[in-house]
Amino acid sequence: MKTLRIGTGAGFAGDRIEPAVELVRDGDLDYLVFECLAERTIALAQQARMGNPDAGYDPLLERRMRAVLPICREKGVRIISNMGAANPNAAAQKTLAVARELGLSGLRVAAVTGDDVLSVLDPETFHIDDAGCLLGAFDRKLVSANAYLGAGPIVEALASGADVILTGRAADPAMFLAPQIYEFGWEMDDWTRLGRGTLVGHLLECGGQITGGYFADPGFKDVPDLARLGFPLAEIDANGQAVITKVKGTGGCVTAATCKEQLLYEVHDPAAYLQPDVIADFSGVTVSEIGPDRVAISGGDGKPRTGKLKVSIGYVDSCIGEGQISYAGPGAYERGHLALDILKERIGLAGIDCQELRGELIGVDAVLGSGAVDQPDCVPEVRVRFVGRTNNISDAARIGEEVESLYLNGPAAGGGVTKSAREIIAIVSGLLPEKAVKTTVEILEA
Amino acid sequence: MMLLRDIAHSRTGDKGNISNISVIAYDPSHWEQILEKVTADRVKQHFAGLVAGEVIRYELPAIQALNFVMHDALGGGVTRSLSLDPHGKCLSSLMLTLSVE
Repeated sequence: MKTLRIGTGAGFAGDRIEPAVELVRDGDLDYLVFECLAERTIALAQQARMGNPDAGYDPLLERRMRAVLPICREKGVRIISNMGAANPNAAAQKTLAVARELGLSGLRVAAVTGDDVLSVLDPETFHIDDAGCLLGAFDRKLVSANAYLGAGPIVEALASGADVILTGRAADPAMFLAPQIYEFGWEMDDWTRLGRGTLVGHLLECGGQITGGYFADPGFKDVPDLARLGFPLAEIDANGQAVITKVKGTGGCVTAATCKEQLLYEVHDPAAYLQPDVIADFSGVTVSEIGPDRVAISGGDGKPRTGKLKVSIGYVDSCIGEGQISYAGPGAYERGHLALDILKERIGLAGIDCQELRGELIGVDAVLGSGAVDQPDCVPEVRVRFVGRTNNISDAARIGEEVESLYLNGPAAGGGVTKSAREIIAIVSGLLPEKAVKTTVEILEA
Repeated sequence: MMLLRDIAHSRTGDKGNISNISVIAYDPSHWEQILEKVTADRVKQHFAGLVAGEVIRYELPAIQALNFVMHDALGGGVTRSLSLDPHGKCLSSLMLTLSVE
């Protein structure tokens, strides 16, 4: 029985590049998948594309391709990635340019499009679940709308002989599911196998998060050599059962515990993990360590898909202004609080229009709220953080300016002011019937 | 005092304005204790002030794990939250401070 070997080259847009090279060089891979889109990434990429029609794909695409293309060609490893972001065609062109420059003639690069549904959405029928209203009643400026595509168009590209497949918004696990469907010849209604293939994709999609990244807690969960963390690969059989492992000699660890944490990462109901191709069921999955850095994943199931695709809508939400200042030594906590009191009063006196305001002391109550520190007034230093939401960028900038003015006008010995103001592109989502989405696969050759 | 951190590990994930936090037994022998002590109600209380909405608990006996899904937990979600930790990635550490005596 054939075993398929799929590795993760990136778990987010800014991920390290050398572990991907390591995987291709020493992992005996069939496929390398780069997962590079977060909830908001594509909306920001759409904005970049508005400013420049050749932009809007992952900023690290060129560096990644330069690093892995030659060795992928040599070893016959095919690449699948959502680095196309808001512009898969431009990403494909850039990849071709890199391939030609490296002398990789004949490399076939596919661009998958159709996830951009901004022109497809009907304001009268499309419901925004987060806002609890129809699109027509949503009074914000829209930046983007992208449907999460399933494995179908990627399978199509693989069947057409593409060596590199670049998508925009695809469901993360679908990029891993597609090569399993293609290589094993699974039917698109084989819910059990689609569910298991989705599980493998879900486990792999965050890269180092299953090989010991986002895991270490010294004394409780120790992880060796995190500076050289290896990225994961799965050995998958035709029934979708898998072993998760990594390249020998790399940092990190693959254990039952790392796999269990990743199994539940960003999952709500484990029996109903909604995907474009299947409703995956992780509720009965078992994990067992079968060797050093080798964990067998068994079970996993699936139910018929819903026929609806999730759509992420990027819109211009608000502006956020922020300022920070530090106080240290005796009385740091009290001076930090005095600073916050002054700032709250200043917002009113200066007439800065804020819809939401937050004042906190980093090191005391900023992340976990009050009560997280037993004796807050004993902390040796605090950093005041004052942040607010406004309707325009000039009001946002004034929040940081008020913090800066504490240098001369606030409590004693405050230092190290930083300030920022930014426009916020936020995301809401809803569901669109899959029939409304038309995908296109275009293949180009170097 | 025995804390959850002594017998379980945890990871946080986010989707929109919903945070999910897993609680996973290190050793199967602690599974029953975790099931009994780490209830949705206690977790909601533990996160009062951070989580405004409903807390739902899912059980995964096959891997001795719980999954808590917390609604209205992230100040509008990672894309618009004013929090220093907009993903709520640090919340798993707070989960582990729950007492399991």
